[in-house]
Amino acid sequence: MVTADIHVSEGLSDHAEEHDDHHQNFWTKYVFSQDHKIIAKQFLISGIFWALMGGFMSLIIRLQLGFPEMSLEWLRPVLGGWITEAGKLDTEFYLAMVTMHGTIMVFFVLTAGLSGTFANFLIPLQVGARDMASGFMNMLSYWFFFVSSVVMLVSLFIGTGPASGGWVIYPPLSALPQAMSGSGLGMTLWLVSMAIFIISTLLGGINYITTVINLRTEGMSFSKLPLTIWAFFLTAVIGLLSFPVLFSACLLLIFDRTLGTSFFLSDIYIGGEALPNSGGSPVLFQHLFWFLGHPEVYIVLLPALGITSEIIATNSRKPIFGYRAMVGSLLAITLLSFVVWAHHMFITGMNPFLGSIFMLLTLIIAVPSAVKVFNYLATLWRGNLRFTPAMLFSIGLVSYFISGGLTGIFLGNSAIDIQLHDTYFIVAHFHIVMGSASFFGMIAGIYHWFPKMFGRMMDEKLGYIHFWLTFAGVYMVFFPMHYIGIAGYPRRYYSFTNFDAFNSFTDLNMFITIAAIITMFAQFLFLFNFFYSMARGRKAPPNPWGSNTLEWTTPRLPKHGNWPGEIPKVYRWSYDYSKPGAKEDFIPQHIPFSETPESNFPHEDAQIKLRAGDDEAIVIEDKE
Amino acid sequence: MLKVVLIVGVLLLVVILVLIFRINTLFGVVKKPEKKIESLSNKINGIMFLVFLVIFGTLFFWYSYTYFDEYTIPIASEHGAVTDNLFWITTAVTGVAFVILHVLLFFFSFKYHYKEDRKAFFYPDDHKLELVWTVIPAIVLSILVFTGLKAWSDITSEAPSDSEIVEIMGYQFAWKLRYPGGDDKLGSYDYRLTMAINPMGVDFTDQNSLDDFSPGQMYLPKGKPIKFQIRARDVLHSVYSPHFRLKMDAVPGMPTSFWFTATKTTEEMRLETGNPDFNYEIACAEICGQGHFSMRLIVVVLEPDQYKKWKSEQQSIIQREPDLMRFVPDNLKELALIKSGLEKSPKANENINSVNEVSASM
Repeated sequence: MVTADIHVSEGLSDHAEEHDDHHQNFWTKYVFSQDHKIIAKQFLISGIFWALMGGFMSLIIRLQLGFPEMSLEWLRPVLGGWITEAGKLDTEFYLAMVTMHGTIMVFFVLTAGLSGTFANFLIPLQVGARDMASGFMNMLSYWFFFVSSVVMLVSLFIGTGPASGGWVIYPPLSALPQAMSGSGLGMTLWLVSMAIFIISTLLGGINYITTVINLRTEGMSFSKLPLTIWAFFLTAVIGLLSFPVLFSACLLLIFDRTLGTSFFLSDIYIGGEALPNSGGSPVLFQHLFWFLGHPEVYIVLLPALGITSEIIATNSRKPIFGYRAMVGSLLAITLLSFVVWAHHMFITGMNPFLGSIFMLLTLIIAVPSAVKVFNYLATLWRGNLRFTPAMLFSIGLVSYFISGGLTGIFLGNSAIDIQLHDTYFIVAHFHIVMGSASFFGMIAGIYHWFPKMFGRMMDEKLGYIHFWLTFAGVYMVFFPMHYIGIAGYPRRYYSFTNFDAFNSFTDLNMFITIAAIITMFAQFLFLFNFFYSMARGRKAPPNPWGSNTLEWTTPRLPKHGNWPGEIPKVYRWSYDYSKPGAKEDFIPQHIPFSETPESNFPHEDAQIKLRAGDDEAIVIEDKE
Repeated sequence: MLKVVLIVGVLLLVVILVLIFRINTLFGVVKKPEKKIESLSNKINGIMFLVFLVIFGTLFFWYSYTYFDEYTIPIASEHGAVTDNLFWITTAVTGVAFVILHVLLFFFSFKYHYKEDRKAFFYPDDHKLELVWTVIPAIVLSILVFTGLKAWSDITSEAPSDSEIVEIMGYQFAWKLRYPGGDDKLGSYDYRLTMAINPMGVDFTDQNSLDDFSPGQMYLPKGKPIKFQIRARDVLHSVYSPHFRLKMDAVPGMPTSFWFTATKTTEEMRLETGNPDFNYEIACAEICGQGHFSMRLIVVVLEPDQYKKWKSEQQSIIQREPDLMRFVPDNLKELALIKSGLEKSPKANENINSVNEVSASM
């Protein structure tokens, strides 16, 4: 606590000076800004750009799958030589699209776009800090991400095409340019881009962790942190521990590709020659990849769960049910996420005994996830629900979390996984539980904190239409894939006509494609709403949702430093909604118990007495 | 021209929509400066959750029931019956949870939509309740885990010693097969020996290789354990046969295996499915390059005696490609001629035995 105080007061004096004279020019204010709010917006806009790119890629994939006979000649102005002379999509380009769609959505949209935006924006505002622990590192984090984005974007336009070996880039396919053209320069750029991306994530993550630990305002003990902050904090911890492993995997793969080492290569005969590599193991790469890859699922999901916890509590006008259980399950998920990775590898020839162990651990992780769902339901129960667009998207998230979480129980069972592995069942599962749920968390966050970000309100009616189209659309796209998966259709197939076993369901595939197109275009409602409201939206009141957290105590458009005066102190947890006896249905965190005698519980009254004489009483309260 | 009209049309449409939106918001500002929370749209959204529940619930049950035969595929292996059973048990358990949780989620959303005169129930925690809903999923999951563990360890156990051995090698973009000949032993291989006439890199200095044969289609006996020895020559592939509920990656440099027992011949399956053209197939399930979607291999399951007959009629690799004889070391040449079937002496079998003895003593 003492160290925190020193930091806070230092930060205060620094920034107070900065406020007095506005020496910042356009470049330092909007481009190379060290203000966490600007950096958050930079991540957000980049994330939206990448989401659009990834979305359009998925439409190209869906067009091929839904209308395999259709001439795609009309895409030639965009795709050029990737449309064959017959007007069809190039088979290898199809795989490139699958790969880039996955990479972009997982890393650039749902990691950088989600964590980057909301961890940056909310951590200082909700813990009561002037800015991140290191504004400079925070700025570097964004600009490393920007460089990595540019490299990835460039790889889309090169002659041999972008990386095409699936977002998991399993060697030897990704290591050997002879195996497919995307494994040439495209793969090199992919690896370079991801290496830079990992640096960006680590810089960001260290900052998030440091800020949460050291810069909490007075009274903001860990047990009073909003669940959003808990989620961002644990996400950063997961990222910090797992991304370096992907970095090492990328590095070793770069060595295999350029220096002739054999970490992942052995006994290969390709392109008419036997390669000298021997002794390497492609399965080793898979272990390294999934040691990041599985925690990565939680890196994209936890922030979304944190955001929805906050939004559901606020808009139910009820405390989140089982705060401690929510934190506990976040901690359990964090821990378990590191010991389940090999459930992606049940049928890679890995020792079956390992398969048994990982199956056991995988199904254990379902318990904290189930607890979270029950807690959400209990929070809604007997609430007083305000359906803001953010609330709708949060309820949508809970629905996806249920649907996709339950199918995870099939896949975590190694015996069932034999049949379902690498079929559309998997595609359905992770698109619902990881893709759509996290995406909904992100959208919910934007609707909820837009007033704080841009000082204006988004249009609610457009938000409602956006929600219902997207919510139904996502189910229409991904739910039918379960059936296709149960029927055994393998993923990453350019066409199914070669096999008797996979040659029905043309109508269902067509249906999915049409649903995907509609869902994609519904997002333009959001985009319009987003940019229009930024300029012309209704001006936001200071606390539009009647929320308890600290960010709503700042001015409408907080300057660098967030609070013009002193940083508010925190006296209570952030979930005092509809407290019995209270005048209003919410009591913000910075209101001391002494001001709310009518609603205090006996132990809270006791704290007033303790605090009366001695400010150190906070420490005592922490232990409570 | 048509394109221009289209583009102009789309632009116009967008402009009109934006104008409608703008007029609407302006009206909104004039009509109600103070926004009430207990509004019509709040109510409509609540009702929409119920509507959604009914429509999507109906769709889910209707499709699952009506198209059951289309999305489920017949089982043709012994372990497939076990894993399918597990699949349906899990479906039952998760299906119940799926329905109950969604009914609660959407019903609560409808029932508790905002009312000015109601106050939400302050209910921060309930340890008993939390304990219950931690323990129940834990128990249910444990049961699922233990049934799964049993099945998994059975499936991945050592193949019975009397298994029929078939080697499958994946390469871009097809499969190659190798069966042991009369000696029931597959010869060794080395990827460095791979060449056009020896695509599987079979090592012909190993006398077990001499009678191995490599058919273009896979034939398997019904009711007998079959062990696939799986490898890959260039990149990862995955042997996947949906009807046998079988999948195992093919990894360069790390041979894998999968054993199973086929329960229905191709003929029986044709009767069962009513499709006279039915064939078992092997597909690739691990992305391996541009031809990933075309690695089809036809599998024919025969009655055991038919299978025996088929096997006895196969020509060995050397017999099909006599050029390979130059890779056979001199001391095995004579044996090779006989084992491979290049030289058919009336006493072939005796000869093989005697030469075997000779070479064994050497």
